[in-house]
Amino acid sequence: MIAGLAFYFFAFILIASAVTVVTARNPVHSVIWLIAAFFNAAALFLIAGAEFLAMILVIVYVGAVAVLFLFVVMMLDVDFAQLREGVQRYAPIGAVVGGILFLELLLVLSVWRFAPDAAALRMAPMPEGITNTEAIGRILYTDHIYLFQISGLILLVAMIGAIVLTLRERPGTKRQDVATQIARTSTVAMARPELGEGIRREDILRPLPPPAKEAPKPVTHEGGHH
Amino acid sequence: MLDIGLTHYLVVSAILFVLGVFGIFMNRKNVIVILMSVELILLSVNLNLVAFSAQLGDLTGQVFAMFILTVAAAEAAIGLAIVVIYFRNRGSIEVEDISTLKG
Repeated sequence: MIAGLAFYFFAFILIASAVTVVTARNPVHSVIWLIAAFFNAAALFLIAGAEFLAMILVIVYVGAVAVLFLFVVMMLDVDFAQLREGVQRYAPIGAVVGGILFLELLLVLSVWRFAPDAAALRMAPMPEGITNTEAIGRILYTDHIYLFQISGLILLVAMIGAIVLTLRERPGTKRQDVATQIARTSTVAMARPELGEGIRREDILRPLPPPAKEAPKPVTHEGGHH
Repeated sequence: MLDIGLTHYLVVSAILFVLGVFGIFMNRKNVIVILMSVELILLSVNLNLVAFSAQLGDLTGQVFAMFILTVAAAEAAIGLAIVVIYFRNRGSIEVEDISTLKG
């Protein structure tokens, strides 16, 4: 009863947020509503019993992906009004395609049913008596270990790719080049300079003390009084 | 009515999927909103997998959903990086201009 009410509540907010994501004029609002949609989807996952995935959804999507979107939207100085020019033209086509797709999905839903031996074909039946997280951990690190490693590799490649794409060498900046610095041993020597003299070499010349300025002329008061 | 079954999840997921597709058509010029729509579509797929997993009592669906989450994160990172360098070069993020990259 309560789970049913909660499902309708979260599902309604999820769909309303998704509508706002798609139709908002300002992309910053889109990102904020995307975050709301992710939170409500996580709540739906919780109702379905997938606690671990719900938490991962909040951490990964809200904590990483949505914040990434927010950074990029705020960093780019884009004229968003200009980007919305063709909306009236494209919206009917999108509505037609989306409507047809939705009708097809509903048709599939209305006639679809489980195969009779579906329960026997399960790859990893949910074990009794342990939490969802522990159950996922048990099969993720054993049966699906290669897929797990490959997904880590995908993330590594994505990270390196994003860095390589966005890194730019600015000409004009001065950086310390440690290798060059260490490699110039032939030109580096130790020296014991005289006290107060410094090393009298042309490249490291201690500047001579500035010549003493002439003493200002004493003001004489000749003639008229001020 | 208040008894939540598989069909409820599938209907919500279908609506979310259709909204994502509609968003791609509607915001044809704005790459960032298109990427967000792709995220919505992936979220609906995840919802589907979790619903079936819960209904059948099979944990493999949740493991699949986790891998989809991984790929979605990688895709968002790469896509946004491409958007950033494209904006740096062209000063706009209009999708139609990207055809000039053909060379």
